Amino acid sequence: MKIAVCIKRVPDMDVRFKIAPIGNAVDEAGLKFDMNDFDSWAVEAALQIKDKDSATEVVIVSLGSDSVQETIRKALAMGADRGIQLKVDRIPFDGLAIAQALAAELKDGGFDLILFGKQSADSSNGVVGAMVGELLGLPVVTAISKLELSGGTGSAKREIEGGQEFVEFPLPAVLTIDQGLNTARYPALKGIMAAKKKPLDVKPAQLGEQSVTIVQMELPAERPAGRIIGEGAATVPELVRLLQTEAKVL
Amino acid sequence: MANVFAFAETRNGELRKIGLEAVTAARQIADETGGNVDAFVAGAPGVGAHAEQLAKYGADTVVVVEHAGLEKYNPEALAATVAERVRGGGYRVVIFPTSALGSDLAPRVAAKLGVGLVTDVTAIKLDGDAVIVQHPVNIGKVIATVKIASQPALIGIRANMFTPTEKPHAGTVERAEPVEDPSASRVVVKEVKLGGGARLDLGEAPVIISGGRGLKGPDNFKMLEDLAAAFGNAAVGATRVVTDEGWRPHSDQIGQTGRLVSPQLYVAVGISGAIQHLAGMRTSRTIVAINKDKEAPIFKIADYGIVGDLFEIVPVLTAAVKEAKSRG
Repeated sequence: MKIAVCIKRVPDMDVRFKIAPIGNAVDEAGLKFDMNDFDSWAVEAALQIKDKDSATEVVIVSLGSDSVQETIRKALAMGADRGIQLKVDRIPFDGLAIAQALAAELKDGGFDLILFGKQSADSSNGVVGAMVGELLGLPVVTAISKLELSGGTGSAKREIEGGQEFVEFPLPAVLTIDQGLNTARYPALKGIMAAKKKPLDVKPAQLGEQSVTIVQMELPAERPAGRIIGEGAATVPELVRLLQTEAKVL
Repeated sequence: MANVFAFAETRNGELRKIGLEAVTAARQIADETGGNVDAFVAGAPGVGAHAEQLAKYGADTVVVVEHAGLEKYNPEALAATVAERVRGGGYRVVIFPTSALGSDLAPRVAAKLGVGLVTDVTAIKLDGDAVIVQHPVNIGKVIATVKIASQPALIGIRANMFTPTEKPHAGTVERAEPVEDPSASRVVVKEVKLGGGARLDLGEAPVIISGGRGLKGPDNFKMLEDLAAAFGNAAVGATRVVTDEGWRPHSDQIGQTGRLVSPQLYVAVGISGAIQHLAGMRTSRTIVAINKDKEAPIFKIADYGIVGDLFEIVPVLTAAVKEAKSRG
């Protein structure tokens, strides 16, 4: 089996962001970057298939500037076989432009599975995986939290509002991974050493034309500072009064 | 003149609230320029009965696609049919819900048409030939203003941002057929399991009672269910720790990797307020927090915080809410 996993390098979200002077991007000074969470679960899903069948090849594909090589190496350290960087100076926001670059790279790869995280923490648009599947004319199942493969078919569970959907599909296919499917492994020291010698190709990204652009970024209005109204069950009547008279939600 | 297409999502033959929200958002845009709203509804035979309600909320035309093969979500047949309709419709804007279904469908349609798509949109306005939308990025810590220059512009709206508003229009029914045979779809939804009957969806509930590690175990969520029942219009959510532990299903998780919610009232019980959780609920209108640790970060954003033992406080609150409700 041959599996491609498309990953994205994203900033650590546990910070207070600042807007860059240019006005339509965040200031990247001092930010830490790592693999997007959903994408790490996609890598893990591929590696679990490889654990069962060592003939499986796992190829990591990522769009980005040269800094993305560190993130690709992390996936290689987890156990993937080789990496491809689709080089751009700056990752655009337009999901279709990204999907076109990925599809151009993946179309002749002979992949049985192409995996994505459900969405990236930074762009939060969640469209690239399904778009790539559509551009390649492959079956697509998004936001899966359970996966079983047998022969040339797969079955998956999708979380939907208030329930689950159980879906069947033939391979080759494009899947996007939701949380709950697995917990990503940490790279072991041996894996980190091995990753340094694994192939990592760098190619120019063939981005599609961009029709979606960020014109401005701003920080959301701060919530008013929190307020503790009291301690213990004796405070409940006061809470109920405030919910009725001040918040008017009861 | 901007004609707008709205995808009116249904499930089990029922129109979903976010389906009406899509029509309301479409109506607002169309009214800026005197355009028409085409609402699109698809499902098993009988789903066309919703045309009347879609008209009441502002659809000039209701495109009805009824087919036994569309009873459950059929991504391939639906995407092909929607794309075909949009391609020939001359729309400025196409509105989808940002729901499990809409998030799967919209990118397929966008790729088929080769046009731009922005999901999880909280506000929309027209600007000359372009469409400008607001879209939270970086787990909601930054708001991006995004320009979509393609014709049409595809937009997924976030739930609870466009309150369904009655605005009666003709709602002329136009029947259409699926453009691809639904039984030929490669991706097949075999089964749909929904949680207990009348349970409100987290994305739609006006009130959310949410539990964290402080609940100590799955059985104690009964207390939150009781509080939710006292409100009568509430759903129960959870933090990632809780769903990872298997105390509650993953679909109940609120946060960065789960659901993003904006209810009128969010009651955080035994939740410390990790950044990933706050990302999913910080836009709630009113936030109540009950936690034994007065230093818990949740108190920094809670409008009303109570410090103390949730096992003592919650039953008293449940009784008080019941009483308040009974007094009307």
